[in-house]
Amino acid sequence: MSKIGNKIKNLNKFTLTNIKAYSIVIIAFIILFPLNSRGMISNSMSGLLVPICTYIVMAISLNLTVGFLGELSLGHAGFMSVGAFVGVIAASCFQDIIVSDVLRLIVSIIFGGFFAGIAGFIIGIPVLRLRGDYLAIVTLAFGEIIKNIINCLYVGIDAAGLHMGMTSIEALGMTNGRIIINGPQGAVGITKLSSFTAGVILILFTLFVVLNLVNSKTGRAVTAIRDNAIAAESVGIGITRYKLTAFIVSAVLAGMAGALYAMNFSSIVAKKFDFNTSILILVFVVLGGMGNIVGSIIATAVLYILPELLREFSDYRMLIYAIVLILVMLITNSEKTKQIKEQILLKLSRNKNKQRQEE
Amino acid sequence: MAKMIPVPSNSIIPERDLDKKPILETCHLGIDFGGLTAVDDFTLTVGRTEIAGLIGPNGAGKTTVFNLLTNVYQPTRGTIMLDGVSTAKKTVAQVSRMGIARTFQNIRLFSNMSVIDNVKVGLHNSIDQSLFSAITHCFGYRKSEKKSREEALELLDFFSMADWADFQAGSLPYGAQRRLEIVRALATHPGIILLDEPAAGMNPSETAELMDNIRKIRDTFHIAVMLIEHDMNLVMNICEGICVLDHGKVIAKGTPDEIKTNPKVIEAYLGKKKEA
Repeated sequence: MSKIGNKIKNLNKFTLTNIKAYSIVIIAFIILFPLNSRGMISNSMSGLLVPICTYIVMAISLNLTVGFLGELSLGHAGFMSVGAFVGVIAASCFQDIIVSDVLRLIVSIIFGGFFAGIAGFIIGIPVLRLRGDYLAIVTLAFGEIIKNIINCLYVGIDAAGLHMGMTSIEALGMTNGRIIINGPQGAVGITKLSSFTAGVILILFTLFVVLNLVNSKTGRAVTAIRDNAIAAESVGIGITRYKLTAFIVSAVLAGMAGALYAMNFSSIVAKKFDFNTSILILVFVVLGGMGNIVGSIIATAVLYILPELLREFSDYRMLIYAIVLILVMLITNSEKTKQIKEQILLKLSRNKNKQRQEE
Repeated sequence: MAKMIPVPSNSIIPERDLDKKPILETCHLGIDFGGLTAVDDFTLTVGRTEIAGLIGPNGAGKTTVFNLLTNVYQPTRGTIMLDGVSTAKKTVAQVSRMGIARTFQNIRLFSNMSVIDNVKVGLHNSIDQSLFSAITHCFGYRKSEKKSREEALELLDFFSMADWADFQAGSLPYGAQRRLEIVRALATHPGIILLDEPAAGMNPSETAELMDNIRKIRDTFHIAVMLIEHDMNLVMNICEGICVLDHGKVIAKGTPDEIKTNPKVIEAYLGKKKEA
């Protein structure tokens, strides 16, 4: 009997987090979508919807590296950037071939994810040999390298095909083609393909991948490596392989988010994906709770809107933002709030038991 | 393979195992750390279903031997044969897959994971699940998860820990954590399990239970057990062969009775008698 009881309990625990995560996203969508389509949300807020979706995807994917693999990565925006620019190039290339906007968006997101995955693989091989602080510093460096490479990248397309160069747009030798990426000016003339719906679908896809992965053989191996690498190795888990797997999955999802993000604007520059962006995503993950997917979603949504809400404080905006961050950190970590939370949970479960007994 | 049969004088194999190929053979094993020779000329044979003990004063190099056997350290000299296959140039994970499992002197559990997940991690290499089926949760995912859960529960049940399956491993009492480490090691389906001070910090009744468990492991899974232990009562009671290490060198090998009366062993533990 106890075995069966355990089984049910375990299943519930696993499905409960899943249901929570999916339902938060779906409910938010159900509430926000009609409001948005009827123009009941202010312009500045509705402009934030797609970026929020992409940052939620970024936070969830970074949580896989930081929360589950336990390695601090400071170059996550680099993968976003690879995904963004590859996505823009792909969308441009397929402009004439694929007519449907939705299909073109999907294809460019897949391309963005794929190339970000390759970048993750190339970076992951040397980086994952390092540990702790060193790994963080090297990922930071790689993020900056990606930013600087894209900063001097020139890409254009004409009848002959795709042209790429690192010097100038004239050096590409195009005859009356279209410029896609113009060096430091970034990608220009992007057709806006992203929509709030696409963003929500991407979040659901990310949740599906990450939550499933965590509750599998691979996910257990990854978590085991985080908890105790020596013991994980001693039971026959190849450390590098699983670290790399988690790192690449995280990079692919970040690339997809990047493609979605880029497709939301008419132009985008490489400088957007710098160290600050990486840190911002890390803040979302840390405040949402390491390894806590639902926390990442909520933290991202709240903290991304917050600066916008604080606009009326004008000059003091960032000061208040910082104070809020510190307060959240203090409150979520203090013993007292934990005690209060436990008491509430205890009361709730008692009420439930009472109800059951009355029945 | 005639040369596989060990030289009797070199072995501490019980008689019933003499006709079988030994599970573990080391030959003139040694390791230097810089100028310091931590282990030297370590030659030992462990039989298929033997319970062997490795004892010696503090700093004798016992844990170093375990680290050599599991390839955590690469030996400077000598060879290790596991089930007739050399473990040279293998990674720790590969050696584990070859059939050697271990526990650690200071408990190394995946303390933020549940008890059953710890065992499932041990089962890792026997779970047939691709990355694709892990991400989609289809294509054989349910079947493989169910199978691993059943197997893990069975193993936990064997050590009467099934009721704790969903507890966090780090929240278990000390003795149970040690037991869980053994369960996790057993989950890798080893041919030999190395226990590094399994009774450390245990009270007499827990130690007695541990002794039963070690015998049970041998009798049920038909594997060899090799243990490092300072509790002489435990060692003398359950070990069939004992190897005594001092300053990185083997000073005695034999049955518990032989070891008890060996003057070299007494000297290593208690010091030399003053000559009058």
